[in-house]
Amino acid sequence: MSISPREIGSDLVSIRRTTHSPGITLVVAGAMIGVLTGAPWIFPASFVTVLMNFFILVSMATMWNLMAGYAGMVSIGQQAFVGLGGYATLYFALKGMSPYVAIPFSALTCALIAIPVTYLLFRLRGGYFSIATWVVADTAGIIIGTIALFGGGTGRPVPGFTNFSPTQITNFAYLSCWFVALVVIAGTYLLLRSRLGLVLSSVRDNEISARSSGVKVTSARRTVFIIAAAGCGAAGAVLAIAQPYVQVSNEFNIQWAAEMLFVSMIGGLGTVEGPIIGCVIFFALQQSLQSYGAWYLIIFGSLAVTIAIWQPRGLWGAFRDKFHIELLPVGYWTRSKKQ
Amino acid sequence: MIWFNLIIQGILVGGFYALFACGLSLMFGVMRVINLAHGDMAVVAGYVAVMLTPHFHIPMLWSFLVVVPLFGLVGYLVQRTLIQKSIDRDPFTTLLVTFGLSVVIENALLQLYTANAQTISIGSILYKSWHPASIIYISYQSLVVLAIAVVVLASLQLFLSKTGTGRQIRAVADDQEAAQLSGTNYRHIFGVAAAISFATVALAGIAYGMTTQFAPTSGGINLLFAFEAVVIGGIGSLWGTLVGGIALGIAQQIGSHINPQYTLLGGNVLFLIVLAIRPQGLFGKKSSL
Amino acid sequence: MSNDFLAVNNLTVHHGQLCAVDDVSFSVQRGEVFAMIGANGAGKSTLMRTIAGLQKLTSGSISFKGQEISLMPPHKRVKFGVSLVPEGRRLFSSMTLEENLQVGEFKSNKGPFNIHRIYELFPWMPDRRRQLAWQFSGGEQQSIALGRALLTNPELLLIDELSLGLAPIVIEKIYALIPEIVKEGLSVMIVEQDVAQGVGVASRVHCLLEGRTSLSGVPADLTSEAIERAYFGADLNSTKDH
Repeated sequence: MSISPREIGSDLVSIRRTTHSPGITLVVAGAMIGVLTGAPWIFPASFVTVLMNFFILVSMATMWNLMAGYAGMVSIGQQAFVGLGGYATLYFALKGMSPYVAIPFSALTCALIAIPVTYLLFRLRGGYFSIATWVVADTAGIIIGTIALFGGGTGRPVPGFTNFSPTQITNFAYLSCWFVALVVIAGTYLLLRSRLGLVLSSVRDNEISARSSGVKVTSARRTVFIIAAAGCGAAGAVLAIAQPYVQVSNEFNIQWAAEMLFVSMIGGLGTVEGPIIGCVIFFALQQSLQSYGAWYLIIFGSLAVTIAIWQPRGLWGAFRDKFHIELLPVGYWTRSKKQ
Repeated sequence: MIWFNLIIQGILVGGFYALFACGLSLMFGVMRVINLAHGDMAVVAGYVAVMLTPHFHIPMLWSFLVVVPLFGLVGYLVQRTLIQKSIDRDPFTTLLVTFGLSVVIENALLQLYTANAQTISIGSILYKSWHPASIIYISYQSLVVLAIAVVVLASLQLFLSKTGTGRQIRAVADDQEAAQLSGTNYRHIFGVAAAISFATVALAGIAYGMTTQFAPTSGGINLLFAFEAVVIGGIGSLWGTLVGGIALGIAQQIGSHINPQYTLLGGNVLFLIVLAIRPQGLFGKKSSL
Repeated sequence: MSNDFLAVNNLTVHHGQLCAVDDVSFSVQRGEVFAMIGANGAGKSTLMRTIAGLQKLTSGSISFKGQEISLMPPHKRVKFGVSLVPEGRRLFSSMTLEENLQVGEFKSNKGPFNIHRIYELFPWMPDRRRQLAWQFSGGEQQSIALGRALLTNPELLLIDELSLGLAPIVIEKIYALIPEIVKEGLSVMIVEQDVAQGVGVASRVHCLLEGRTSLSGVPADLTSEAIERAYFGADLNSTKDH
């Protein structure tokens, strides 16, 4: 590792992250952030509700994709942290903290709980790891359901909104969902461009050679698991604020894991954009088929299975490979300089 | 006496878990695939029994004669197409695909038959129970299920050790390439293993439907139990799965004795303890992890 | 098509990005013992695995009994008469000696070998047939692997690194069986690191160096210097003579 990219770049090849001018990206991103922040004042209420659910799922799916697409861990128990995040928010709100302030603390609580959990789960690999994550989620749900303070199995409304008008409550809930999604996506993007991102991609390319060249694979995985727990915890927290009611059967529902998985796979595992695009497709299907019951899930699930087998890079992955476009680049493009 | 009863009830329900789990264990042992739709297949079998049996003009009790072979066939076909395709990609894909299948199946059942609970009513003496001591009730039904589980496991064991095809299955599990060099078509053997897995889980599903009510989403929790039984008993050991199922059953009974809400917790706690102390399970080899 | 028993033409095989076998051609005739020698990493095992069907070839062709077999799956090649004793024995570790042999016998062709015949070749086997495969010594495991392959009744037996990790006296004993196998009408192709062993038993020798053919001929015509040079590479003597 004695040669820095710039040294190579100066000589034979040029190395760039982006495929197009970063200036355009910044302008477009700035405009989008502006519009989405102003959404409650721009769009009709029904659409804002859809956007809210969209951002909750985007946050979860981005975290799931970080685990599965970059660190090779298929979790079907991420609802554990969604639930714990929601209930942490309820707990802090019951203790008098504003629910909005409680969001980062809920995420932190989930990260702390995730630490000992990794020591248990990392004893298993592959599919056994997956089902064990589910056992953990199931156990967490059962335990939370027996705590009287949290209303047992029937749940409890989240307090702390009495100072706000109904419109404010809706708007703030939306903004919470949106900001959490923004932080989660931006955080994931920066994370993947950091040293950890480099470690993850070396593990993804070849775990054995990464291990033998001194990469601490397990500790990288542990870091990712903890971050994903925090992210899903934040999503659970905003879910609790959006409702504003928490219930074991909703927060700890395996449906969350299913949606995270489908959305990431359809959009494209191992890309930052993939889960977002998957979410767009998911909500488009859900909205257009909403009068047909569970059909959107059947169609969506079948689509995910088809894509997993025949187009494992997902829709965005396929699109990107074809047109060499990256909106949120985390790797490098190398190209020989003309002699 | 209370503890004795807990153990008796645990053993009875453990037999059912083992019946449910042996196919999961077999598929993992042979093709390293964890079929996350395993539990849902049992539920589908229950629905097929309920919906199809009236057309065959046979008593509900005998529905397995139709459903079990049918599921064996379905298992072979699903393996040779969908699951084989995902195995050819990587182990990761098999997880995604079987989980996807699971969600599709659950929602399809929900769409077709609503969330209402179903039951396979056999209306016979099986609903009675044997009452040998003051607080001990042994229902004939769970006794029959336990007996079926033992018979199935024993026949499976016999099949794997005494027949040519059975030995091929074990050969593929041990060393896929060496098995091919001995003339084994491993894809066909994968199909046979899946057929056995689907057939046994169909039988388990029908037994389940006769014992208790089931709904489209019952598959998940049953997969969880099956998986716990496999891990507790030790991956790749058939009799280990039976012991694992019984241990799980007893742990759940103890949990429910403490507080009815803790039934599932008892099993989960045992699972997590085994995971922490002996991740290869009671009868498993360390290398199989 | 030629009337060679086994004809390998311009075979190239890649291991990921690495070219393991590079444009190799040779043929094996009916009833002969053909030895493929070469140093560690010369591509011999890859070549054997490709002939048996465990590895895909990049280009070239493999024909057996006049029929192209390079797209045939391994189990069909067994049925067609090609059987490989793989490197490292690869016994079924959870099975007994007898069960290992039974797996070989289950889908076998018609021919001289059955379990009874194998027990005649290895008289120590019957008494220990219920022991698990991993409980045997290296030489015994090699014998079981050889027996398992013979039970499929091949016409062409491929043996990969028979002598690897075995004591010289054990190697002698197993090699002594090869003429007996040939007597039953089989052709044998062996891969060896141990040159003396390979040259001693073979009617023809082919040497691989870094994936390419470096020498080929009848043992009587080859000097030990020529073999040594083909085995280790020509630039050992720092002479460029072609």
